[in-house]
Amino acid sequence: MAFTFDKEEGIKTLNLMMRSRIFEQKIEELFSVHKMHGTTHLAIGQEAVHAGIALAIDEKDWIVTTHRCHGHTLAKGASIEKMIAEFFGDKRGLSKGLGGSMHLIDMEHHNAGSSAVVASGVAIATGMALQLKRIGSDNIVVAFFGDGASNRGVIHEAMNMASIWNLPVLFLCEHNMYGMSSSADKMVSVSSIAERGSSYSILSESIDGNDVELVFDKVKSICAYMKTEHRPYLLETKTYRFSGHSKSDKFLYRTREEEKQWMKKDPITQFSNILISKGFISEQEIKAIEKAEKEHIDTVSEIYLHDHQELTLEEAMEYVYYKEEAVL
Amino acid sequence: MKTITYREAIREAMTEEMARDEHVVLIGEDVGCYGGCFTVTSGLIDRFGERQVIETPVSEEGLVGVAVGAAIMGMRPIVEIMYGDFSTLASDPLINHAAKTRFMSGGTQSVPLVYRTPMGSGTGAAAQHTQSLETLFTNIPGLIVLYPATPRDAKGLMKSAIRNNDPVIFLEHKNYGVQGPIPDGEHLIEIGKADIKRKGEDVTIITYGKTLFSVLSAAQTLEDDEISAEIIDLRSLRPLDTQTIFTSVQKTGKVVIVHEAPLFGGFSGEIAAAIVGDRETFASLKAPIQRIGGKEMPTPFNKYLESQIVPQVSDIVESVLSLFTLGV
Repeated sequence: MAFTFDKEEGIKTLNLMMRSRIFEQKIEELFSVHKMHGTTHLAIGQEAVHAGIALAIDEKDWIVTTHRCHGHTLAKGASIEKMIAEFFGDKRGLSKGLGGSMHLIDMEHHNAGSSAVVASGVAIATGMALQLKRIGSDNIVVAFFGDGASNRGVIHEAMNMASIWNLPVLFLCEHNMYGMSSSADKMVSVSSIAERGSSYSILSESIDGNDVELVFDKVKSICAYMKTEHRPYLLETKTYRFSGHSKSDKFLYRTREEEKQWMKKDPITQFSNILISKGFISEQEIKAIEKAEKEHIDTVSEIYLHDHQELTLEEAMEYVYYKEEAVL
Repeated sequence: MKTITYREAIREAMTEEMARDEHVVLIGEDVGCYGGCFTVTSGLIDRFGERQVIETPVSEEGLVGVAVGAAIMGMRPIVEIMYGDFSTLASDPLINHAAKTRFMSGGTQSVPLVYRTPMGSGTGAAAQHTQSLETLFTNIPGLIVLYPATPRDAKGLMKSAIRNNDPVIFLEHKNYGVQGPIPDGEHLIEIGKADIKRKGEDVTIITYGKTLFSVLSAAQTLEDDEISAEIIDLRSLRPLDTQTIFTSVQKTGKVVIVHEAPLFGGFSGEIAAAIVGDRETFASLKAPIQRIGGKEMPTPFNKYLESQIVPQVSDIVESVLSLFTLGV
């Protein structure tokens, strides 16, 4: 019997996924009209992975994310205000405007942030797990990486170390089929990245990353395994980014037909239909959630769009080296 | 006051700090019963056990990444990389991560890490184990770069490095058996202060690392020509103690800069630029600044050839003498 959410959990989960989608659509819009500066990497279509994991792990468990980090950050509990402020380079942002879209760090919610050198964060997550183990914590660290990053050597070094030292790292491969424009079919030696776990004596599994109930349930049982057996784990979640790699993507590497097939597996539509069929929620209620989230995100965006507060260069320089008075 | 070797001085500093704080942890390849590649860590595993001395697989990028992650979580790792040349492998976690973590997190994260590694030639280990790669790190804001030459400086700076809240690149020379006096009791040296190793009036010789010993020897020879050389041992390359340099040069008006790294793009260029960029110091110059560095070639294996690629005592003497025969 497959796991299913009860009504309350189901609505909360759907709401979180919708918030992430609406948030990213807003970011996309602000970039497209040049109201935001720099670059951004959206994960529209991957919301089930982010919500499923963030809700399944303990609040005190840690995550280490990637350059495509909005969804994880939001799901782990970051304030929308601080995220949007960060996107605008505002000093009220998560990193005072010094990190930006690719470096969302939120220590308050046990999100140690994102390396935009793909795969490098996996070693950092492994080190965090080493210290957690040393201090006798039973919390775990989730190390996110994509199918593209899975080919970098440092991930293999980290998996080996996590295995020999029995570290609480959940290696979480968010397999969205493409590393920038390169298809995993062409670039990855195995049909399932989960297979690579066996090279390091790490248990692993590959699952449908667009099924939020499956992701949630699987991560719950993996956490229980990790906390009793004191072992790392490798989970591959197969999903698809509807959005391009970054704001400059022209979608030359995949077909419209392929996109259409994946759209049919849209995690939010799928999960909405499940909740509706169970009578947990109506279409009108879903529309109401959408409206409320959109209004909130629009309102916050408007505030930071028009009221810029930036660090001066002198203030920014205060964060290069340790200063007694800096708040850590 | 007692006399100990450079190797013992570094070991003593680590021992004292590891005893003081259990979160000071040694991490590296073969740092356990083998005692590290140059036996600097001998005995530490017996005293502190595997909780504070962590032996790693051959995974330089991964293990330094692990140390960065552990540091974010409160560990104060001392990482040993057996040859400085392998810094190329560890450069991603150091340069892209450790150096930027505090800044990109808006001051919410800290990486109190010491990266220990030996640099330089003279061991017959050929071109991949003998380089002086300090300039990989000196152009990176967020890093501190130290290069002590004497046992006294090695101990005092190592202890300060471990207590520092920023990532410190701690470069060692391979003359580990060189002896020198160190003070009894708690011995800390402030980071960022150069040391005048010899007082003099006629010429300022600036150096760091192992070439200090060649410079001291050259100064002795110069005495015969009645030239009194002042020797500045930088000890810290970043931050650079320009004040000590300026004061000395304003007194002597003549400067020779010596290091083992190849001259082109070498750190001597930065020192020379600092001198000519300071109005008063520039005005005090009575002769062109002389720079002496390693030959522009990979280190040859052949012993006779290897001995010739680094600055010779005679090179330093001749360079100084040339300043006094230019009619200035």
